[in-house]
Amino acid sequence: MQSKIMDVLSDRVLVLGPAPAPGSYRHFKLTRDAEGIAWLLFDREGASANTLSADVLEEFDEVLTAVESERPTGLVIRSAKKSGFIAGADVKEFRGASDPAVVETAIGRAHAVIDRLEALRVPSVAVIHGFCLGGGLEVALACQARIAVDNARFGFPEVLLGLHPGLGGTARFTRLVNPMQAMTLMLTGRTIDARRARALGLVDAVTQERHVAGAVRDAVFGRLTRARPGLLVSVLNSSPARTLLASRMRKEAAKAASPAHYPAPYGLIDLWEKHGGDKAAMLAAEKSSFAHLMVTPTAQNLIRVFFLREQMKKLAGSGNKVGHVHVIGAGAMGGDIAAWCANQGLRVSLADMKAEPIASAVRRASDLFGKIIRKPIDVRDALDRLIPDMDGEGVRNADLIIEAVPEKLALKQKVYAGLEPRMKPGAILATNTSSIPLEDLRTTLQRPERLLGLHFFNPVSRLQLVEVVSHDGTDGTLLKEALAFVGVIDRLPLPVKSSPGFLVNRALTPYMLEAMLMLDEGIDKLVIDAAAEKFGMPMGPIELADQVGLDICLDVGDMLRAKFGASLPQAPAWLREKVARAELGRKSGKGFYDWRDGKADKSQTAANPPQPTNEMTDRLILPMSNVCVACLREGIVDNADVVDGAMIFGTGYAPFRGGPLNYARTRGVENIVSTLRMLAQKFGDRFAPDAGWETFR
Amino acid sequence: MARPVFIIDGSRTPFLKARTGPGPFTPVDLAVQCGRPLLARQPFAASAFDQVILGCVNVIADEMNPARVAALRLGMGEDMVAFTVQINCGSGMQSIDTAYRYIREGNANLILAGGTEALSYAPLVWPNQGVRWFAGLATAKGLGAKIMAALKVKPSYLKPVIGLERGLTDPITELNMGQTAEVVGHLFGITRTQSDSYAAESHQRLAKAQKEGFLKGEVETAFAHDGKFYDHDDGVRPDSTPESLAKLRPVFERPWGQVTAGNSSQITDGASWVILASEDAVAKHGLTPKAAIIDSQWSALDPSIMGLGPVLCATEILKRNELTLREVDTWELNEAFATQVLGCLAAWNDDKFCREVLGLDGAAGELDRANLNVDGGAISLGHPVGTSGNRIVLHLVNAMKRLGTRRGIATECIGGGLGGAMLIEMV
Repeated sequence: MQSKIMDVLSDRVLVLGPAPAPGSYRHFKLTRDAEGIAWLLFDREGASANTLSADVLEEFDEVLTAVESERPTGLVIRSAKKSGFIAGADVKEFRGASDPAVVETAIGRAHAVIDRLEALRVPSVAVIHGFCLGGGLEVALACQARIAVDNARFGFPEVLLGLHPGLGGTARFTRLVNPMQAMTLMLTGRTIDARRARALGLVDAVTQERHVAGAVRDAVFGRLTRARPGLLVSVLNSSPARTLLASRMRKEAAKAASPAHYPAPYGLIDLWEKHGGDKAAMLAAEKSSFAHLMVTPTAQNLIRVFFLREQMKKLAGSGNKVGHVHVIGAGAMGGDIAAWCANQGLRVSLADMKAEPIASAVRRASDLFGKIIRKPIDVRDALDRLIPDMDGEGVRNADLIIEAVPEKLALKQKVYAGLEPRMKPGAILATNTSSIPLEDLRTTLQRPERLLGLHFFNPVSRLQLVEVVSHDGTDGTLLKEALAFVGVIDRLPLPVKSSPGFLVNRALTPYMLEAMLMLDEGIDKLVIDAAAEKFGMPMGPIELADQVGLDICLDVGDMLRAKFGASLPQAPAWLREKVARAELGRKSGKGFYDWRDGKADKSQTAANPPQPTNEMTDRLILPMSNVCVACLREGIVDNADVVDGAMIFGTGYAPFRGGPLNYARTRGVENIVSTLRMLAQKFGDRFAPDAGWETFR
Repeated sequence: MARPVFIIDGSRTPFLKARTGPGPFTPVDLAVQCGRPLLARQPFAASAFDQVILGCVNVIADEMNPARVAALRLGMGEDMVAFTVQINCGSGMQSIDTAYRYIREGNANLILAGGTEALSYAPLVWPNQGVRWFAGLATAKGLGAKIMAALKVKPSYLKPVIGLERGLTDPITELNMGQTAEVVGHLFGITRTQSDSYAAESHQRLAKAQKEGFLKGEVETAFAHDGKFYDHDDGVRPDSTPESLAKLRPVFERPWGQVTAGNSSQITDGASWVILASEDAVAKHGLTPKAAIIDSQWSALDPSIMGLGPVLCATEILKRNELTLREVDTWELNEAFATQVLGCLAAWNDDKFCREVLGLDGAAGELDRANLNVDGGAISLGHPVGTSGNRIVLHLVNAMKRLGTRRGIATECIGGGLGGAMLIEMV
């Protein structure tokens, strides 16, 4: 709840011990309370969240020296940042690593600091609020006791960067709690809340800020019942159990990611299988395994993706003014956009003429919130913020209007005509159109400068990208506010100029249409999808077309062909017939695949399925890079890095490849151009390399 | 100098007949469902209200002071003062009356006043002896004592009573509400046929109002989390006729009674809100008042004839404002029971009653059925007890607007021997 009174009192919330005197440390403050307990506050200079860098760890080492000589009654380690304990390592330091020996030396120095913390001869207590991730959790694991404040979240997200924990976490975590569960958390990168951490035995107590001082005292003076690893932990860490469990983990991991694309999970499993029983050996082996993973292209590309995300978050900027969103059209997209905004704390009115689509949007929202929101009272509040609006009354108080009605120009213009006189001054009018140019939509507007595009991707809750589309008359201030809104709802904005298909649909359409032509050539759909999945795409083009809806593919394809002509494959006639028969893909239960419970039935695998060729993969993948270069050349987007980010966050383009442009750069621009030329000769002009390659570096 | 008090707007949920077990919405859920669209269409922020007053009789344990819970869930802000009022079947009108007095005396300018009730949530109540037995068992120390305590159980201890049944029984006279209607019917010579005809017409009037769209802007569709939605008062039975109703057996006093399930109000869930404003608030936010509250009155009488409550309080208002029955254009008289409504009409037409009870010079006269409960009432809509008083004020305003009439009274009988009434004029 927004509370002015709590705002006034907010600086009293965190229990940080006695006020520290100005000290000599940059990132830490050290004080001592009346009982002789030292409070070490981590407050990284110039940052809103704590991360671990080489110089932070160096200073931490100095602090530990001081603590060793001062011998306080106990040592409390906690963060002075509201955002949480420690968000992990400073990923900046991972960028560009190419020599495993250098990485191993650096990580060795960090290990020494953490080992020193663990060896302290005073009782050490980590007090953890908010995020405690990666390296942060490894610091906590080296303390003797861990007290979680009830908003704490724990996890090892390293695997998402193509790594595994590298500050002793693999050894300490698997020895403290059930190694099966520890490994699962490290292999998936999932985070858990304080209650679950207590149940696992990762923390000794869960409490509220107001009881932190009492809990610390009990921990220091030995009155706190500690969570201790049980017999099961040692049994599961025994050699025969490890062999058995490791092979099972490999099988599970293979379902999610192949070892060729993602070596880290397999590296972690190997590490545990070999050394799980022996802490010293595992700590030593972790360093070298971590160092070798760090220099792999996968890790370096995923680290790059991490920064692409940060870069796109910055594009969002700050200064959001949107508190109330009015969404018009409660169909699949409108309903899900509305639900997402309500989930992110905004008030949302969801307008539709009919009750049925609103009711079904409310049900989907309720299902989604039940999955992603932990507390029932928060689910209730999110649903209360999602206001069904059958009379369209929400317009008058809305700061942002998102129109998501069917893709018909006349219909949209009619909707706008009804809206404009009722809009608040300063409100933004956004359309979620994917195919109608803003230049056409604006013609009937009284104030076209308020119009812009906010193009979300399906499913809204999972795909983080939102294309923020401007036309040549869009008000610059409103555009900035729209970007800030995208940031505030925890999505990533891609600023694009109005142009058919913007970036993402224009790049994805050849991927899907080429697959249709390959079907025509008699290639099996499973082979076609495998050709893309082999490359690392999350979903093959045939399955994706089914997922998106064949009618929509056809519409967007036609629209794009009308503009870009021969650079796109022609949709086969039978596709139109299929759409006419209402075989639309997932939503109708049948497309190229049969769909059941939202999943494509791929069971009809032949005994010896033909292997996809590299040429097949190139036919599907390279046109995406080609379109991205074209969009850069045309100025539809202005930054190659952000294009890569958009394709990853908007389509799931193989993240470990770093995006379609990064892929082209890695493979070599000349290689790409010559391959495209070869494909053009063999299959047609649609593969002709774009002129943009000449200047692309 | 008393300040004028205006009714600006209002809305309610569809009234949902209680079927088996708790319905889709709790009392606060209902208040939120119809409150959200109402607040959304105002030209001022939800935080602009001075306070929220909500009538509710059966507060559920999870929602103590439902007014405050609703205000917070409606996003009205941490500093929104909100309290719940209860005068049984008059609670929804008591909230309006309280708001009216605050504004009239200059203590507030803008108040959200409502009523909510989810009778389908009425709890099963353990008999007191059963509760005592359980408490004894829980506090017994040692196995032996526990066994001894456990053995004291009697089958009747474990037989729950439906809380609603107790709630609808007057504790002073031990008469069920339906029985009080039988008493009134008896005293004023109301027949079963008259009651059934009245009830059938209630259904027909509501069915017509629904069909013609008279309730548009008043009833807001309610959306449940499971994807179901509720867009109309679902207790309506357009096919009811005096003949079909005549087949029902009396429910309260068998076999000779006349009050049946068909000519009584229905057990229903629903909520209703009305926005009240001072002249200052009207000017400040550029509001368009629909009506003004001119006067209000509560009266009390023997609980066994509580059904006559409206006659007492409405007559007080008429006298104070020097009006006759016929000078009031439109009436909402809550249909607790057809027999009871007809009893009220008969009382006004009863020379002795009017002289000796109401202090009039003679019979007040005939109240034209055409001006009474023009779009049906609790018999067809249902009677969520804490809500009905609010709904009849809201609907009176909307009906007068449609009919182009000027002056109206909303009034209800109240279990326990009370009546409440409110005089409204269109502006």
